[in-house]
Amino acid sequence: MTAASVPVKRTALYEEHRALGARLIPFGGFEMPVQYSSILKEHEAVRRRAGLFDLSHMGQFVLEGEGVAEWADRLSVNHVATIKPMQARYNIFTNARGGAHDDVIFYRLEDRWLLVVNASNAAKMWQHLSGHAGGSAVKLTNLHGRSALIAIQGPQALAMLAPHAGADLSALKYYFCAEASVYGRPAVIARTGYTGEDGFEIFVDGEYAAEIWRALLADNCATGLEPCGLGARDVLRLEAGMPLYGHELAEDITPLQAGLGWAVKFGKPEFLGKEALLAQQEADDFRRVAGIVMAGRAPAREGYRVFLGDRDVGEVRSGSTAPSVGNRNVATALVEPEAAVVGTAVAVEIRGTKHAATVVALPFYKRS
Amino acid sequence: MAQPENLLYSKEHEWVKIDGDIATVGITEYAQSSLGDIVYVELPKTGAHVVQFGNIGVVESVKAVSDLFTPVGGEVVEVNTELDGDPALVNREPFAGGWMLKVRLSDASETARLLSPSAYEQLIAEEAH
Repeated sequence: MTAASVPVKRTALYEEHRALGARLIPFGGFEMPVQYSSILKEHEAVRRRAGLFDLSHMGQFVLEGEGVAEWADRLSVNHVATIKPMQARYNIFTNARGGAHDDVIFYRLEDRWLLVVNASNAAKMWQHLSGHAGGSAVKLTNLHGRSALIAIQGPQALAMLAPHAGADLSALKYYFCAEASVYGRPAVIARTGYTGEDGFEIFVDGEYAAEIWRALLADNCATGLEPCGLGARDVLRLEAGMPLYGHELAEDITPLQAGLGWAVKFGKPEFLGKEALLAQQEADDFRRVAGIVMAGRAPAREGYRVFLGDRDVGEVRSGSTAPSVGNRNVATALVEPEAAVVGTAVAVEIRGTKHAATVVALPFYKRS
Repeated sequence: MAQPENLLYSKEHEWVKIDGDIATVGITEYAQSSLGDIVYVELPKTGAHVVQFGNIGVVESVKAVSDLFTPVGGEVVEVNTELDGDPALVNREPFAGGWMLKVRLSDASETARLLSPSAYEQLIAEEAH
């Protein structure tokens, strides 16, 4: 079977998306909403009020058994064993060259772990983890496509979700989770997200996804909760300086290059790719992800070349107009070290013409 | 949706309004709706010569870059500079304030290769399936 002939799957919320008039596109093997009303309106809803996202396309694996944390610690760059029960932590699985196999979030529940992986990497990660689980006591269960994931993100997310949650959400800290209920249905509620705003991600059986989705929209339409698609999500995460696999991270882009050195724990006795990453850090001569802001109105797009003077120093990896950065055009670019210094004047080649840009510190946007 | 009756259309979803030897060009309601939020429009300069169905610029939405084609050839006599500061005008008023350029026709017979409102209506009905 070629990639093109793989049937596109639907999440438990597909009919909701259709009913809401969403524009659907294939993404990560699923038919997903890219927008409902308008990317900019949905973006604004998340920054000012709240937005509701279907993230059921993301891979969800359950990890159980003796020694899960120690096992995962050898395959990923961040600490796993130090995650407390009901805590969540960002992590990156690496290859032997230190490149990113996937970036993920670990959720440690009372008696098991939940691992959320990128939709586009779900099959690859399942193979990777299954291959490394042999001979260990680690038991893996693939919930991809069965368990739904709904995110509610924005400054009003707490007020909108709290009355319907069987847990005290105001007491739930950022990057912690609760095994509770939403509208009476069993759910894991995590205070995590990918928008740069406060918010929650709700893991629930696919069977209950549609009723929870509809109830949240119905109960909060008066206060401005909007269904939001992947288009708005991409602008929100870019403004917030969060990496997207395949753009700022890839098999040949390491966490150090992506500016995620904070997540690489060289103090761990060993992990896949550690030696390569140590050598890279030592040499410090690698291309790295820089934030750039365009001076003019032409947006920088993925693949456009970046110049320092006359020299081609790298390429744009993600780019968008950024409503929360004064409607400027922002981008991430993978560039030579000297072009990644904050304040450097660079140029982006757009349709044969060089357009001025400035290197800035990431993130572009921080919530106040 | 009914298309304005006083315009001609291209298969690439541009409209053209003929007024003597001057043609005003823009993109259709269907085009702006398909593109979504328009954030940038790049147009030729006044005085440029353009050929019918030639690529003359780009229209960019939040997510995508789309080529812009001209339904008629000739000399560009005016471009809509309002779109520099307010590209979303194309979303709000595709057939009015969101016009893009005015062309002095080099060959009035080119309009015979354009679509009538009903023919364009049929084209987008087919594309929607």
